Amino acid sequence: MVTNSYDRLIQALGADLTPVRRLAPPGARTLIWLTIVGAIALALATVSDVGAMSRRLMAAPDMWLAAIGSLVTAVLAAVAAFQLSLPDRKPAWALLPLPAAVFWVAASGIGCLRWWLVPETHPASLGEAETCLAFILGISVPLSALLIVMLRQGCPLRPNLTLVIAGLACASAAATLLNFIHPYDATATDLTVHAFAVATVILANAIFGGRLLMGKDVLASV
Amino acid sequence: MEGVSTMVVLAAPITTGLTMVNAQTPRPVDNRDRRWGNWMVATQTGDRTVYETLLRDCTPFIKTVARRQGVSPNYIDDVVQETLLTVHRARRTYDPNRSFSAWLRTIAQRRAIDGLRRQSRNGAWETHAPFAYENHPDPGRDPEEATNQVERTVRLDSAVSTLPASQREAVQHLALREQSLTEAAAVTGRTTGALKVNLHRALKTLRAQLGRQD
Repeated sequence: MVTNSYDRLIQALGADLTPVRRLAPPGARTLIWLTIVGAIALALATVSDVGAMSRRLMAAPDMWLAAIGSLVTAVLAAVAAFQLSLPDRKPAWALLPLPAAVFWVAASGIGCLRWWLVPETHPASLGEAETCLAFILGISVPLSALLIVMLRQGCPLRPNLTLVIAGLACASAAATLLNFIHPYDATATDLTVHAFAVATVILANAIFGGRLLMGKDVLASV
Repeated sequence: MEGVSTMVVLAAPITTGLTMVNAQTPRPVDNRDRRWGNWMVATQTGDRTVYETLLRDCTPFIKTVARRQGVSPNYIDDVVQETLLTVHRARRTYDPNRSFSAWLRTIAQRRAIDGLRRQSRNGAWETHAPFAYENHPDPGRDPEEATNQVERTVRLDSAVSTLPASQREAVQHLALREQSLTEAAAVTGRTTGALKVNLHRALKTLRAQLGRQD
C-alpha cells in the first residue's frame, strides 16, 4: 500500500467514516422549500381577503408586476442557493435571480410615482409601513432558518455568497407573501421600509448564517 | 503555399488515425476518473479501506491543482489537508453521474484560493529574514557574566588547591563532581563519616578565604 505524509489525517478521516445517504438533487430540494413557502401562502390565503388582494393587484400594473417580480426572484434565488450549496457548481449561479430582482425593484419603483400621478390612492402610513417591516422580518426568520438547515446538508464552498442569495430568496418570498395582508398602495415610505426589510434579511443571513451553515468543524480533533 | 497545403493533406490522415485510436481506447485520465468515482460511491456506503485508498490516490492530484493555482510549496500541505477535510465533509454531495475529478478539482481550487489568501495575509505580517535568528542576542548569555564566572572559577580553584589533601579530596568528589557519599567513599577508600567531616572543614575554610577576598 502506498503511504504518504498525510497518512495520519487519512486514517483519522477513515476512522470517522460513516455511511451517508446521497444528497437529493438541488431541484428537488428547491421544490421542498418552495412547497413550504406555498403552504404558508395557503395558510395566509385562508385568513386574508384574496378577492380584495386580486382587485388591488390588478388595479395597477406596477403592483402585480412587482408581485410577479418578487415571486420569480424568490424561486430563482432558491434555485441558485441550492446549486451554490454543492461544491462543484459555478459561482455564476448567483447571477440567476439578479434580472428578476432588478425587475422587482423597477416595478416597485414605478409604484412610488403612481401616488403623485393618482392622488386618490390610499398610501400606507408610517405605522402601517412598520407592520410591513415586522411581517417581512417575522416571516423571513423561519424561512431563513429552514433554508439554512437545508443548505447545510450540502457543502457550500462560498458560504457568504450562498447566504446572500439565500437571504434574497427568503426576503423576496416574504415580500410576495406580504401581498396577502397589504391593503395599501405603494409609496416611497412603504417601499423604503420594504427595501430596508429585504436588506436587513439579506444582511442578517450573511452575518449570522455563517456559523449555522458551516456548523462544527470536521474532525476538530485531527 | 504549396508546401503548406501538402503538409495539411499529409497531417489529415494522421490526426484522423489518432482520433480513431482515442475513440476506441479510453484515456488513462478517464479510467482514473471512473475508478475514483466508483471508489467514492463505495465511500458513501461506508467502505473505509476504499476511502483511505481513494484519499491517498488523490493527494498528488490535489497538489498539482494547488501548484497550478500558484500556491507556494510551503502552503501546499495545508491546501491538501484542507481539501481532504472538505472532501470528507462533502462526500454526500458527490453525484456518480458527474465527474469525480471535476468535483475534486473545484474543491481543491477553492481551498488553494483560501491558501493563497492566508499566504498573502501572513506575508503582510511576516518578513523573510533568514539571518535574524542567528543575529538575535541571547539575553541569557551576558558577556560580562561569562567573564565573572571565569574569574570565580579561577579563585575557587586556587582556594581549593590551598586545602589539605583530605579536605581537597572531599570537595573535589562531593562538591565539584557531585558524587554521592557512597560513590566518593568507594573512589577514595575513606569512610563516609570521614568524608563528611573533611567536607565540612573544607567548606568552612573556603568560606573564610573567599569571604576575605570579597
